[in-house]
Amino acid sequence: MSLDKTKSRSCLFESWGRGCQHNGHLHRPVWRDAIATPQAGWLVVGQGRSYGDVCINNDGDLVCSEGLDRLSQFDHASGVICAEAGLTLDNLLRLTIPHGWFLPVTPGTKYVSLGGALANDVHGKNHHRAGTFGCHVRRFELLRSDGTRLQCSPNENKDYYSATIGGLGLTGFITWIELQLMPVSSSWLESESLRFNCLEEFLDISRQSDRDWTYTVAWVDSLARGRQLGRGVFFRANHMDDGDCRLHGRPGFLRVPFDMPGFTLNAPGMRAFSSMYFNLPRGSGLKPVHYDPFFYPLDVVANWNRLYGKRGFFQYQCVVPYESADVVIPYILEMSARQDQGSFLSVLKVFGNLPSPGLLSFPRKGVTIALDLRNLGDATLNMMQQFDEEVMAVGGAVYPAKDARMSARAFRQFFPQWQTLEVLRDPQVMSGFWKRVSCDE
Amino acid sequence: MSNIKHVIVIGATSTIAQATSRLYASEGSSFYLVGRNSARLAAVADDLRARGARQCDVHAADMNGFREFEGLLESARKRLGQIDLLLIAHGTLPDQKRCQSNVDYAIAEFDTNAISIMGLLTVFANAMEEQGRGTITVISSVAGDRGRQSNYLYGAAKGAVSIFLQGLRNRLAGKGVQVITIKPGFVDTPMTRDFRKGLLWVGPDVIARGIYGAVNKGKDVVYLPWFWWGIMLIIRSIPEFIFKRMKL
Repeated sequence: MSLDKTKSRSCLFESWGRGCQHNGHLHRPVWRDAIATPQAGWLVVGQGRSYGDVCINNDGDLVCSEGLDRLSQFDHASGVICAEAGLTLDNLLRLTIPHGWFLPVTPGTKYVSLGGALANDVHGKNHHRAGTFGCHVRRFELLRSDGTRLQCSPNENKDYYSATIGGLGLTGFITWIELQLMPVSSSWLESESLRFNCLEEFLDISRQSDRDWTYTVAWVDSLARGRQLGRGVFFRANHMDDGDCRLHGRPGFLRVPFDMPGFTLNAPGMRAFSSMYFNLPRGSGLKPVHYDPFFYPLDVVANWNRLYGKRGFFQYQCVVPYESADVVIPYILEMSARQDQGSFLSVLKVFGNLPSPGLLSFPRKGVTIALDLRNLGDATLNMMQQFDEEVMAVGGAVYPAKDARMSARAFRQFFPQWQTLEVLRDPQVMSGFWKRVSCDE
Repeated sequence: MSNIKHVIVIGATSTIAQATSRLYASEGSSFYLVGRNSARLAAVADDLRARGARQCDVHAADMNGFREFEGLLESARKRLGQIDLLLIAHGTLPDQKRCQSNVDYAIAEFDTNAISIMGLLTVFANAMEEQGRGTITVISSVAGDRGRQSNYLYGAAKGAVSIFLQGLRNRLAGKGVQVITIKPGFVDTPMTRDFRKGLLWVGPDVIARGIYGAVNKGKDVVYLPWFWWGIMLIIRSIPEFIFKRMKL
């Protein structure tokens, strides 16, 4: 996590996008029976991989779930696992892969906690098949500031169950989670990559692939302009069944040792990279890929967020209805390319229509795009503001887990159910994000 | 894989002990876990079972002032049969200032961190000598290598344990029982929660893997991480007339 042990107590923690710092106390409970819920206000944080201020609370303390990583049950026959919420997906996979169980839904990094995955209702490359993470959560316990412990499931405390899935940690401290895993008979996937030259081609390939492929996602060249706009590479993969359940390795020594100067990821360099990446000879046909490089390519470099320098970066992820994708997505790509704001990490994916039990869940039927945007100050902020307007106009939404700046007006339109969450919010819990979008200006 | 199948852990709810136990649990070992708090012991036992432990028995006992060593040995042996690994990991970090003004407190802390360990070792070492095999691993500390004004009661207790282990190792060499002194440096655990953490700090998993490796290789004295060997070599070699004036 980005908990920097070398820093003084007054600045212990910053979010993954580096734009938001926490300056208060950090509590690190290690036992379920002794979790601090400070009267002065608090917020739970897991691995701190949220990009913006959903994991920041400068009106109170942070309570880190990292030390709560015990299992209480793992049924090898049914694939049901019950674990404390601080367990990371990394460590969970180490335990379950040898028994032939994989995460039913996984985000793009394995260094997140179960609690964080639930609270942000994360999604993955199989959204069209499996929905969100929350779809596979059978039960969990919620600890409230008044000491009440609520068991939540689709049948018990239903309102808290749905408010907590995608609830950004605001309903209380998730102590443990019971998750249904997915059976696999191999650590390997057979994967195929296909180049596409424009958004229509992407949508076509996606439509064809979603039927027969468990995982589909595309990298899009966000610096390409003109005729090349919307080009990219489509990846699709299925689990193999060769019985080789080998684990991923320990984190390597690759890390970004210090903040790179802000110009490191400059436009000409990234444009050259993108062009090269697009044109890379990819061959044809299926290639076996281990789950680690397939799902978690960036985990190879620890602290890759430092590449963006001291000022950090934003990630912008939105979803727009399928019918509007051919308007909004080219607009976003064109704007970011024109302002030289694109980056090498731009992702396109078509979401399916499986509903999440989560009240404030982000994924919904449509097309999603995610872009890393170097923080260039107002230019970047204004651009994202314009993106918001477009997304609002077509009835889409922006992803809170990655946000550090959306307006209350935009948020309330994206998530009209927000007031229900506000009612169920733990009165002692607040986040920078929630303060920004829910409190009346 | 190691050939450790039966493990007794004293202080099983300590962070280092938990991290170490998990490594053996994944190999299907059986455990006899001793700790103060039975609810927490149960949570640790559940965790180890879910991670592959064949069997986990728990025994709630506070090592402060503990003298029922024979009874503990008997009940552990009854459950495990034999002992492949005895891991002694319990301990506290005394408040040095309070030790200087409160004799009862100082003595109680010394009991927890030294006397109880010597008591355990006396009884368990005989049993392991009798079975002619097994490993005794005790978590001492770099703090036991030299007394410093900031925590010399803790240092004295750990130093006593280290020397006790040295003697025991000498006695059991050739008797088939390995005695390992683990000397961790700064470890980020609840015991050191209130410290400012610098570059030398490591997580409990690093220590656990070091212990696992030391047991496998049959080491004697192990500094964890390894660089503490060099640091302590320097610290031990500073002449006393200089050392006594240092703020440590």
